[in-house]
Amino acid sequence: MGALARVPWGPLVLVAAFCVPAVGSRFYTFLANDIVIWALFATSLNLLVGVTGLVSFGHAAYFGIGAYTTGLLMKKLGLPFLLAFPAAGVLAGALALVFGFFCVRLTRIYFAMLTLAFAQIVWAICFKWNEVTGGEQGMPEIPYPSFDWVAALPLVGGWRTAEYFYFLTLLMVALCLWLLRRIVGSPFGRMLTTIRENAERAEFIGVNVRRYELAAFVLAGAFAGLAGGLFGIFNRGVFPDFAYWTKSSEVLIMTLLGGMGTFYGPAIGALVLIVLNQQITSYTEYWPFVLGVILVVLLFVFPGGLAGAAQAAVRRLGGVRRA
Amino acid sequence: MRKSFDGFLAVGGVSLTVERGRIAAIIGPNGAGKTTFFNLVTGHLKPDTGTVLLDTRDVTGLAPHDVCRLGMGRSFQRTNIFPRLTVYENVQAAFLSHRGRGRNLWSRVERLYREETEALLASLGLLERAGETSGFLSHGAQKQLELGIALASEPSLLLLDEPTAGMSATETRETIRLVEHIARERGLTLLFTEHDMEVVFSIAERITVLHQGRVIAEGTPAEVRADAEVRRVYLGERR
Repeated sequence: MGALARVPWGPLVLVAAFCVPAVGSRFYTFLANDIVIWALFATSLNLLVGVTGLVSFGHAAYFGIGAYTTGLLMKKLGLPFLLAFPAAGVLAGALALVFGFFCVRLTRIYFAMLTLAFAQIVWAICFKWNEVTGGEQGMPEIPYPSFDWVAALPLVGGWRTAEYFYFLTLLMVALCLWLLRRIVGSPFGRMLTTIRENAERAEFIGVNVRRYELAAFVLAGAFAGLAGGLFGIFNRGVFPDFAYWTKSSEVLIMTLLGGMGTFYGPAIGALVLIVLNQQITSYTEYWPFVLGVILVVLLFVFPGGLAGAAQAAVRRLGGVRRA
Repeated sequence: MRKSFDGFLAVGGVSLTVERGRIAAIIGPNGAGKTTFFNLVTGHLKPDTGTVLLDTRDVTGLAPHDVCRLGMGRSFQRTNIFPRLTVYENVQAAFLSHRGRGRNLWSRVERLYREETEALLASLGLLERAGETSGFLSHGAQKQLELGIALASEPSLLLLDEPTAGMSATETRETIRLVEHIARERGLTLLFTEHDMEVVFSIAERITVLHQGRVIAEGTPAEVRADAEVRRVYLGERR
């Protein structure tokens, strides 16, 4: 276990991910890009679900807002990616501040229901506000960022635009995950954990529970917004269903599947769910049925998710070796 | 102070002063209003009438986290720890919060306040178990850990709601000796509730007796022991 824990998994995975376009087809690059963005989305949700103990059913709202923000800024105002991308985080975070202000006043199922209600409001606005969002038709043809100057550099030239965008996504997501990792491992992150463990006790070590919950909500919203900003470009268009409740449930399933007790669990969940979806839909049209079975098995057999199960297995192996 | 719930008068006109550095106890049968009184003092409940003064400062109606920050620590009757964190992390979290580090999103949490945390765990006899998941500790050890969490907030007034509830006779004696030692060493003002009369009379300097939400006696252990009313409603019942 000790040796396994000392392997620098993060950088290794990042390097491996960078190699995908070189060794795989365009399709694999596409798939990997999808996974990487959803990994960030799921990890942002886990800041609420796994770290703070707040179950949000409306996390897609911030994903959608981020997607529309970046999309609008790049398509309609022609702003560069380096401005339009952070704007997604800022705007999604700002909206999370407004919605979160009300949500953290409630607990448990009431909190979850209110996050869902706000998300449906966001969806309805995206769906109906034709002049800005394109309404039901969405906003197709979001331009890629300009990679001309990168392609002109020595050594890194010669890739397609979609592949450059994949590299850019990798860098941005790696940066965001690193930031999230620092946040979870900081004193602030520990305070969030005390709230998850026992809000009453947290209050009486001097933690202003509501304020910390709101801070977590804003951070989670902002990172979801960044994921959305990337997804809109990747998807070559932004549509109202980005903010629909099915997206919220999808990201929640990824988080549970991967395991909310570990930092990288949700990212693993995103990987497994997207690959499984890909594989299974090529054999059968009953993907939702398969997904349902997976969930039932998961909840009963591996309540800690895949990452939790892996940890337990490694621990058991380590125990056997020592004995 | 007064507090009623849906017409039931839980605390009806209780007035209590604890001098700085003293050890005081509140006793009374189940349902006498002891825990409600504690919750009024610590801001978990708002009194219908009355005020709470910490030194000369009015803390009535403040939220618990503010009351805690102003120097009041407490333990709860039902053990109240962070069960899936380690013993070390439980106490360290209280240090982090108390010293205002909770807003730090950047530093690595592991090394902060290591010395303080370990010193406090050592004084509680929990240092060897620092790495254990706190939820798996015995009930007695969890109670001691909760005392540690309360002490990490460096309170000037410490409220303990039945610190020995559910402990064996040996654990009770050890815990009480520990509590008394720590209170004297740090010059804490201590207010506690307790069912075990032996404990109360051995360490308390002042005792207040509650019965049905009212004070029926107040004084030194000797005075309280001699009080006829107390003997009738409370001590008598136990014989």
